[in-house]
Amino acid sequence: MAALTERVVQTRRGIDIEVRSGGTGPDLVWFHGLVGLAPVEPTLEALADRFTVHAPIWPGYGAIDNEGAIEDMLDFALLGWDIVDGLELAQPHLVGHSFGAMVAGEMAAIARTDLDRLALVAPFGLWLDDHPIPDPFAVLPFQLTDLLFADAANAGQLLSAGTDLESDEGLAEFMVANARRLGTAGKVMFPIPNRRLSKRLYRVTAPTLVVMAAEDGLITEPYGDAWADAIDRAELTTLDGAGHLANLEQPAALADALAAFFTA
Amino acid sequence: MVKFCWFNLMPWPDLPDDFRESNRSVWVDIDSRLFDPERANEVYHTYMDQLEFADALGFDGIGVNEHHQNGYGIMPSPNIIAAGLARRTSRAALCVIGNSIALYNPPIRVAEEFAMLDVISGGRLVAGFPVGTSMDTNYCYGQIPALTRDKYAEAHELIMRAWAEDEPFAFDGKYNQLRYVNCWPKPIQRPHPPIYIPGGGSIETWDFCLDHDYNYSYLSFNGYKAGKVLMDGYWNRVAERDKDDSPGRAAFAQIFCVADNDAEAEKLYAEHILYFYNRCLHVYPGFADAPGYRTIKTIKAGVLSQVRREAQRKFSILTWKDLVEGGYVIAGGPDTVREQTEHMIKTLRLGTVFSLLHMGDMPDEKTRYSSQLFAEKVMPQLQHLWPELEGDDRWWPTGMDDRVRPEDGLDHARRPAVKPALDEPAPATPPAIDGEG
Repeated sequence: MAALTERVVQTRRGIDIEVRSGGTGPDLVWFHGLVGLAPVEPTLEALADRFTVHAPIWPGYGAIDNEGAIEDMLDFALLGWDIVDGLELAQPHLVGHSFGAMVAGEMAAIARTDLDRLALVAPFGLWLDDHPIPDPFAVLPFQLTDLLFADAANAGQLLSAGTDLESDEGLAEFMVANARRLGTAGKVMFPIPNRRLSKRLYRVTAPTLVVMAAEDGLITEPYGDAWADAIDRAELTTLDGAGHLANLEQPAALADALAAFFTA
Repeated sequence: MVKFCWFNLMPWPDLPDDFRESNRSVWVDIDSRLFDPERANEVYHTYMDQLEFADALGFDGIGVNEHHQNGYGIMPSPNIIAAGLARRTSRAALCVIGNSIALYNPPIRVAEEFAMLDVISGGRLVAGFPVGTSMDTNYCYGQIPALTRDKYAEAHELIMRAWAEDEPFAFDGKYNQLRYVNCWPKPIQRPHPPIYIPGGGSIETWDFCLDHDYNYSYLSFNGYKAGKVLMDGYWNRVAERDKDDSPGRAAFAQIFCVADNDAEAEKLYAEHILYFYNRCLHVYPGFADAPGYRTIKTIKAGVLSQVRREAQRKFSILTWKDLVEGGYVIAGGPDTVREQTEHMIKTLRLGTVFSLLHMGDMPDEKTRYSSQLFAEKVMPQLQHLWPELEGDDRWWPTGMDDRVRPEDGLDHARRPAVKPALDEPAPATPPAIDGEG
């Protein structure tokens, strides 16, 4: 598996963005989700064997204090394209995971010919009244693993990356990071993760793969159908044994599904 | 003068004994079937009667506040209660502490309603502008946590300009765009009523109060002993900013229970205070603090205990002894209460005391008994503690001299019609009305 290295890219707007990059092959941009990038991302490393992977870190999720510049969905979507510009990529594949899929979907609707293919993994962004998504903003730290993983017992350490949520220091560190991360994501996710993307999805003309996690506690099965129905050239696939953080729980299966779709 | 404001949170008095076990939270997602509208008819009137009684007892102010979907506050619109009080009292200040100005769309609504209250009451309004708790602001009213303070700041700017300016103006805000701001009516108190800012200890709020010479109101239920550290921090900040140290800059909320003696106080009031602490404050910690609502600096300084796993398992049940010894409640005979209250006012340097004399499910007769003892045997000896406040009317309304005093009776409102004198001949045709004909 190829290792990724981190650097800082400045966007045209002047926002500094940390980006993890590595690998060889066609360009693939991965927009991470609600909990950010883990220190080691096995899915990205597996993809880097076949693609040149670029994984930007959203404002609020990295070391740089850059979240003040982002206030709404248009800010996020244009930031996404500004990052692609800053990386000097032409028509990359876009992958959005979780909240990152909500932004990637907007990007694909706004500039529908600027990407090759699109993949949405456990995507936020639609809302079905009959299937309300649990509120990720009203969850206590110790409840997170149950919500995010199929197998919470084995996955707890994947999430906190060794941080002990039962210790004072670990909890304090987590609370600060969580406030920055979810505070920033909350600008487009709170109180309902729906910024009316559904009325713009008709513009998404890129071939699209919707990847659902079979045991996702947040984005459940009916959402997969809704996404597939709303996007013209969408395929739907489901990963078994995966919760919302399928990237950590089933990295090989997720990387294989994405690679098969992008090389088809 | 030290100002005493009789405050009613308006709790729902019928939360069941097993409330903590059978409900996740008293706030946000409380079981709405616990609210009985027909019973509430009596509850509202009892609470409003008590506020009117406090006016009659000589309290300097009567106070109301805003909470949403909350078992200890059935007052989502304090302005409605204050409007009722404006008609039935004419002496005490009306302290609305306050309207969560980031929640009003557009916030000019607050400028209008507060102006109406100030005018109807004859210039008796104290205007509170809270940011609002995360429960109210984010979880109940859906405001984006990380943008709440920015929206609050914009709402404040809009309201103050709306009161101050005499010409219509355009307001091109980030959250509010209004082409014609033209506040109508305007308040009696110029340039504006005294402004009180409820806060929880962030240095940003202290500076905001000091920038504008607003009162900083620390409203917690933890009592004066726990409040000392925070108020010391505030007064240090006042000194750092080279502001005068008028006690009018500070207000504090404190629970009082007055009886003939200390033992009687426990007998009369303990169960009702415990109802408040052990049922009304049962808030699901997942609603306490939406990520992004607090600044990072405040989180770093904060207490994390409530989000721990073990804190969910064994809620500590407070006892009367805990509450009295910890200063959460000042309770006892008049001498005990007076002594501790004087100590509180002096050590916290308070110009205004929000006096919580009805708490939890306290019945009306006990509330009146405690309130009257407080008014007669505690308050009079403490009102003159700060001679430097004499003549400093920045912090409290004085009221219009010749204001209407409508509480003098229904008789006046219902007086029979008398045929008006026909001094002038009536016009042959009525004047045209714009837009008609």
